[in-house]
Amino acid sequence: MSRIKEMAARVIFALAACISILAVVLICLFLFANGLPGMMEIGVWDFLTGTRWKPGNDIYGILPMILGSAYVTAGALLIGVPAGLLCALYLSRFASPRTQRLLRPAVSLLAGIPSVVYGFFGLVVIVPLIRQLFGGTGSSLLAASVLLGIMILPTIITVSESALNAVPDSYYDGALALGATHERAVFSVLLPAAKSGVTAGVILGVGRAVGEAMAVMMVAGNRAVMPHSLLAGVRTLTSNIVMEMGYAADLHREALIATAVVLFVFILIINLLFSLLKGRSKA
Amino acid sequence: MNAQKRSAAVLRMLVYAGAGFTAAVLVLLVGYILVRGIPNLRPSLFAWKYTTENVSLLPALINTVLMTALSLLIAVPMGIGSAIYLAEYARRGSRLVRLIRITAETLSGIPSIIYGLFGQLFFVAALGLGLSLLSGAMTLSIMILPLVMRTTEEALLAVPDSYREGSFGLGAGRLRTVFRVVLPSAVPGILAGVILGIGRIVGETAALLYTAGSVAEVPKSLFHSARTLSVHMYALSGEGLYLEQSYATAVVLLVIVIGINALSAALAKRIARRST
Repeated sequence: MSRIKEMAARVIFALAACISILAVVLICLFLFANGLPGMMEIGVWDFLTGTRWKPGNDIYGILPMILGSAYVTAGALLIGVPAGLLCALYLSRFASPRTQRLLRPAVSLLAGIPSVVYGFFGLVVIVPLIRQLFGGTGSSLLAASVLLGIMILPTIITVSESALNAVPDSYYDGALALGATHERAVFSVLLPAAKSGVTAGVILGVGRAVGEAMAVMMVAGNRAVMPHSLLAGVRTLTSNIVMEMGYAADLHREALIATAVVLFVFILIINLLFSLLKGRSKA
Repeated sequence: MNAQKRSAAVLRMLVYAGAGFTAAVLVLLVGYILVRGIPNLRPSLFAWKYTTENVSLLPALINTVLMTALSLLIAVPMGIGSAIYLAEYARRGSRLVRLIRITAETLSGIPSIIYGLFGQLFFVAALGLGLSLLSGAMTLSIMILPLVMRTTEEALLAVPDSYREGSFGLGAGRLRTVFRVVLPSAVPGILAGVILGIGRIVGETAALLYTAGSVAEVPKSLFHSARTLSVHMYALSGEGLYLEQSYATAVVLLVIVIGINALSAALAKRIARRST
């Protein structure tokens, strides 16, 4: 009797554990099955490199959105990586226990704020600020980059900090013994030693920036044209889906699902890079 | 010597600036929304009915609670079951375990809009559940599954092996050991994961827009559409007519998020104290 119960329990737990496998298989299956036929019909090359997106005329080229996502992400990194990395250095090697106790919850609160709230903040603060400083509408590549740069801060800070904390103390002590100042030891010994962990954090940040939909959409202006200036409106892969999925039908709908397929492939590549780097930083 | 001192000072300044920037961003964001939002928190925003004249947030707030409860009801048993398998039953490093880990990691990296689209294609259309509370909750439960799995597994692994050995020594089977000995001592860690999950559910918009829809009423059944507070906030700010109400809604969302954060910090402190 108890043997049967033990066996049953083992099977049930194993089945529960297989749900994540099932979920990934289903997600791949449904995305590809619904997206690929449309992509074939449009022509894979035309779809990926087409510079015009005009659903009314059945023209579907997502290069503007691919570039939009790439530029917005690059802009976010330009802001988020230096600030996040410096903040991680501060938390790991400069802060007193008291300021650590203040700053750590602040970072996790930043991570917990919903993306619509970020988007709203961007809409009422960052966009008007850019409008006043540089003219134009304000809803722009620049606004989206600044907002995303803020949103990826907690990711970069937490991952980099744990990478920095994992560096053995002997590295730091050795540097000091050779006559380096505290700052010099941190920047030229600890930071290089934590390099792959820090890079993993940056890649995770890239994943967040590429995948963020709502906040970007609320501030980016969303014009489906090739991005040509920092102050022009851009549309990303994610916002393309959110904006038009509500009313799209037929080929238009399939083109949107195909957009998600492209996004999904990008994310899979980013995940792969992340786990490779994380594996290396552990070794 | 002097040059070295100067470069050290510059580096230190940079580090302080980085930390200051992060703190300033948080203070500015939270402060701005609280200052502009609190005066707009009128009692009429908490009316039972949502109308276009009075865009009450109460139905959305109730929906958020329902959505959270339903998603947890689905995700937590699955997540704990998976974690028990990984930590207590599976052979470490077997092929199945590796596959489970890879897929769970993949799930945790997928952006919410992809979950939303998948939910729309699978739960809403293929399973015929329609734009509903249930479709939304199922979508979200897959989204938070890896989080619950990981935190639970960590909590289980942190339970000392001597507990298990003691239980086996007294003649208990594996199942009994897991439920009577290991799980109870892992509860705080599991709770910490669940709280993080609640935070993600409350803040989610993109995954719900096309799975749970945006009807601003408390649903009559699991099969009716229901907008949560985040979706409500998005709908309001998109229309551009309800700036004051948007501020107020943002305040409510922020207060919830701050509460969740405080709760998980308190829990983490308790876990840390117990383990020392």
